[in-house]
Amino acid sequence: MNLNLHLKVWRQASPNAKGSFQDIEARDIPDHASFLEMMDIVNERLIADGKEPVAFDHDCREGICGMCSMVINGRPHGPERATTTCQLHMRKFRNGDTIWIEPFRARAFPVMKDLMVDRSAFDRIMAAGGFVSVRTGAPQDANALPIGKEVADAAMDAAACIGCGACVASCKNASAMLFVSAKIGQLNALPQGQPEKHRRTLGMVRQMDKEGFGNCTNQYECEAACPKDVSRTWIASMNKDFAVASGREALLASARERSEGD
Amino acid sequence: MRFLSSSIGKKIVVALTGLVLVGFVFGHMIGHLLMFAGPAAYNEYAHFLHTVGHGMGIWVARSVVFGSIIVHVLFTIQLTKQNRAARAEPYGYQHTQVASKSSRVMIISGLTLLSFFIYHILHFTVRVWHGFNQLPLFDLAGEKVFDAYQMMIKGFSFPLVTGFYILSMVFLCSHLSHGVASIPQTLGLNTEASGKLFKKLGLAFAFLILAGFSVVPLAINMGLVK
Ligand code: FES
Repeated sequence: MNLNLHLKVWRQASPNAKGSFQDIEARDIPDHASFLEMMDIVNERLIADGKEPVAFDHDCREGICGMCSMVINGRPHGPERATTTCQLHMRKFRNGDTIWIEPFRARAFPVMKDLMVDRSAFDRIMAAGGFVSVRTGAPQDANALPIGKEVADAAMDAAACIGCGACVASCKNASAMLFVSAKIGQLNALPQGQPEKHRRTLGMVRQMDKEGFGNCTNQYECEAACPKDVSRTWIASMNKDFAVASGREALLASARERSEGD
Repeated sequence: MRFLSSSIGKKIVVALTGLVLVGFVFGHMIGHLLMFAGPAAYNEYAHFLHTVGHGMGIWVARSVVFGSIIVHVLFTIQLTKQNRAARAEPYGYQHTQVASKSSRVMIISGLTLLSFFIYHILHFTVRVWHGFNQLPLFDLAGEKVFDAYQMMIKGFSFPLVTGFYILSMVFLCSHLSHGVASIPQTLGLNTEASGKLFKKLGLAFAFLILAGFSVVPLAINMGLVK
């Protein structure tokens, strides 16, 4: 079956231009198309009419890269639970529906054009500690480092985060705490992450604050919007890890001052 | 300190001061309910509060509660400002999936409670209206003490005052319904299961407080407690 849809698409020529919603009629959209394929069809028609196509982010189109974004009827990645925009199908909509399509909105994610936002704030947070430092050389035997099943499973759940930013987009405060806590939690849970645990936690949280994200108010809109079902409990773990790391840092600093005073 | 200027540091302080205030509100409500035990019991309780630790106890408690309120309010105002700034442009299509109404108006319920708190202190602690300080003293087993029981009866004899009190308690109930369950999450104590449990406990606590604080003024207004 094919669908006729009324789209209200955010159009914004450049980062500092004023944006507004443009009404676009999307006729004859096959219901087996994905949401991004629907956008492709719309864009081809715009180009054929000599008009500017809608700019949007996408890459893998199989729900693993975290590039696709868009807020569809007020929900990042649209109405399907635990589904990215690229994996969302048009059969989830009805003929005649009006669909609002806007960019992720956050001060830390400035709009570049139409539906594309700059998510490099996430990269800077990762660079502030979202890694494990290892000396290069031959990899050690995988079985040399035993990891409990519960720990491995938990780390895997956190690692499911694809860094798309839907948590920021859905949060009433544009907070990035679900993303940051998943990245911190994944590494802090594993033995390989232990040596840099405190440095990582402090570094990533401070970078997050610096980027201008909001603060979590425990409403869990993020969890509801997350295409990978990352749990709010990671935020709780991050809060605890941050408190411990801050306390440790303060103690070390005062000890250092005392020894320098001697 | 660096911890206090961070997002999580501020949140943890808000949770800890919130926990102090939750404890205070609960104790205050239990004390209130002594109104049903009669003038002697209530006045004895009030007298005890004012004399414990040679009269120091109440000032320690007051400083802790006042301090907690000031810090709680200042930090939440800062956090709320940052939160508003973080979403500079609103969505054209607004949608909320799971956030409760109460959780979205915390700053409004909170600031309303602050103004209620100031009114309440002037009303029953400083006693600026109704000449409460001129009330005849109560005879507590031979000792002449302030008649806090009569003050309550007089204080709640105006329907308008009672109405404002109960309305404020509705705001308190709303505030607690989100706040209590947020404490363990912010302090990093939540697991999947405890999160659900705390949500239920928080709701139950909020309604317990609403009921506990409302029955006294209502009973006075209806003439059940004289
Ligand atoms: S395009 Fe890669 S996750 Fe959607």
